[in-house]
Amino acid sequence: MGVGGETPGFLTSRLSDGIAWARKWSLFPYPFVTACCGMEYMSVSSAHYDLDRFGAAWPRFSPRQADMLLVVGTISHKMAPVLRRVYDQMCEPKWVVAFGVCTCTGGFYDNYATVQGIDRVIPVDLYIPGCPPRPETVLDALMKLQAKIQKQHHPLVGPVRSAVVGSK
Amino acid sequence: MMINMGPSHPAMHGVIRIITELDGEKVVSANIEIGYLHRAFEKECEVVGWGQAFPYTDRLNYVSPLINNVAYAMGVEKLLGIHPTERCDYIRVIISEVSRITDHLTCIAACAMEMGAMTPFIYLMKAREYLYEFVEELTGARLTVSYVRVGGVKGDLPDGWLDRLEKALDKVQIEIDEVDRLLTRNRIFIDRVKDVGCISSSEAWSLGFTGPVLRSTGMPRDLRKDEPYLVYDRFDFDVPVGAVGDNYDRYLVRLEEMRQSARIIRQAIEQIPGGAVQVDLSGRPLTGAQMVDAAKMGMTADLLLRTVRVDPTLEGAGKISAERMNAPAKGVVLPPKESTYGNIEGLMNHFMLIMEGQGIQPPPGEIYIANEAANGELGFYMVSDGSGSAYRVHCRPPCFYLMQGMDRMIVGGMIADVIATFGTINMIAGELDR
Amino acid sequence: MADVADNNPVLKHLLDQFRDAIIETHAFRGDVTAVVESARYHDVVLCLRDDPECSFDFLVDLTAVDRLKLKQKPRFEIVLHLYSRSRNARFRLKTRPVPDSDPVIDTVVDLYPAANWAEREVYDMFGIRFLGHPNLTRILMYDQFVGHPLRKDYPVNKRQPLVEERPVHNDRPGMVFE
Repeated sequence: MGVGGETPGFLTSRLSDGIAWARKWSLFPYPFVTACCGMEYMSVSSAHYDLDRFGAAWPRFSPRQADMLLVVGTISHKMAPVLRRVYDQMCEPKWVVAFGVCTCTGGFYDNYATVQGIDRVIPVDLYIPGCPPRPETVLDALMKLQAKIQKQHHPLVGPVRSAVVGSK
Repeated sequence: MMINMGPSHPAMHGVIRIITELDGEKVVSANIEIGYLHRAFEKECEVVGWGQAFPYTDRLNYVSPLINNVAYAMGVEKLLGIHPTERCDYIRVIISEVSRITDHLTCIAACAMEMGAMTPFIYLMKAREYLYEFVEELTGARLTVSYVRVGGVKGDLPDGWLDRLEKALDKVQIEIDEVDRLLTRNRIFIDRVKDVGCISSSEAWSLGFTGPVLRSTGMPRDLRKDEPYLVYDRFDFDVPVGAVGDNYDRYLVRLEEMRQSARIIRQAIEQIPGGAVQVDLSGRPLTGAQMVDAAKMGMTADLLLRTVRVDPTLEGAGKISAERMNAPAKGVVLPPKESTYGNIEGLMNHFMLIMEGQGIQPPPGEIYIANEAANGELGFYMVSDGSGSAYRVHCRPPCFYLMQGMDRMIVGGMIADVIATFGTINMIAGELDR
Repeated sequence: MADVADNNPVLKHLLDQFRDAIIETHAFRGDVTAVVESARYHDVVLCLRDDPECSFDFLVDLTAVDRLKLKQKPRFEIVLHLYSRSRNARFRLKTRPVPDSDPVIDTVVDLYPAANWAEREVYDMFGIRFLGHPNLTRILMYDQFVGHPLRKDYPVNKRQPLVEERPVHNDRPGMVFE
């Protein structure tokens, strides 16, 4: 039952659960706001819908201080290298949320300028469809991400691995 | 020293890159790079039908999508040479002004937040939320509304919507007044914005500035007054102007424009012809979708003389309201939903308008339509070759020209003032890059 | 042609001044339009701006149209929309840069500073070069982009990614619109 080993033992898995609990309630989002969905992000994060209830209110505009990359809005091919760079600058553990249908699949912008889903540029943990998604959908998605984080294996050292990959 | 701001910068809402050259803290030169949200609006318009382009117009200036809808619809109507009903004009005025208020609320909120004043942001977002609820009730969507159609609008106003809107305007007014008290005479805010980002009226004019930014320099140019469209000539409203064209003036102009917009809406509510529409619900209620299902299975015997209650998502699109709302142009306007679901002529009419290769077919020609959007003159240049989709649509976004002149406003100032100037210009990347 | 000019004093004045350079005029839905020869384009714009009979002091918009599918020659058309504050009037001026393979036209940035970015956009989207423009570079697309997307022969979804794309599941085969 080595720390960070392949097969987690009793102690490390309890420790992992504890870390997961702490991490899921203190997500620091980096809002990579590009387009229309940003308006709904503003609504979600301000008083009416209040993202703070889930511990994810305070945006960190430095990628190095954030652990949740919220990609809000269409990513064009001109923007893709920037997104890639921001993602690379973020420290582990990190999660990526594709906010809105443009980031999921490109949406109805099937043309020369737009990336057909940000998963072609960076790996994505959670997809929120909708053009733009309603604030309620975003809150639901955040809870789903929390559930996902809880299920993942969180070693003291090394990258976070999802539960399926981590156990043999 | 060179400092690069953006495209993803904490204090800038919207994707844009400003490369500034600094001498100490002073900006010596600035190079603005745009295009990070280019989504090929103009190319998409050439691919889809005239009516299908509405969702794309929503996403141009996504803070006030209804105004874009109205401008685009007016353009296609000009191309076709038709005009919707008077009631429709009033509805378009009301939704445009509601949109203008949400746009200015967002602008002031974001601008104040970027300068560190978080409270006005929360207050104004609350006020915007009041209006979004009305937009949602009317259109079915909070933001990407696609409410306006060529030759009319999607549906009539819901029952009592106008009365409730008037009450909501009071609530919005309270929030605006509160922010007015918080910001307008706030020492810190004034120090950040006053005499910062100045531009002279003649320079702004030569650079193609329009809207609140031009008005803040003292030039009372407003398309609603100068070249009245819709029914704007029937309302009594003032055009606020600034004195020196600094950030403070721009803030004050926007604040006052919201009050004037509310004034226009109140007058429009009083003058709107037709009043509320009461759809007849007698008989067994049956949604349009249910009726189609029944008819598909051949159960058509008891459909005769049946009153149809249209789907909630289609509320206001009934026959009575459709006739009141839309231009009497069969080749352009979708038939009322009872006809679509109830008789073959209506269904065929609907089909012909929706089917690819058919649809709205304006005569060959070209037009330019200008509309006073929240940021300035929003224009559409449209070329038709007589087919079902546009040959060329060009959008004249107000932001494009504002951003072009922004370097003149920030050069000579402090690097921190870039944020304030950028905030009051209210750049919307969606319409800047299209 | 004659009745349009009779109704519009600006057009009448323009025809008097540049009779040989005006190729065609029309007023579809009330939008008064004049098409001018590309060689005299700059002179006509100067006249429209400075002549007291015209005094169009505001450049509303500058764009272009690719007429490839209209099967008209020359292929490209520059479209200017002008507004006059003193007369509260609008005017549309068009010109057709030649040759089709490498269209070139004089810039109007020296007359209207507002045309700067608009001309860059036309260059970016259509590949029309403006002689004398201070900074004729791409504006909406990136420098590595090959071709001009708003030309009619550029497919709407021909993408040129800057970063190598990761493999994704359920990739749908790309549809190409004409």
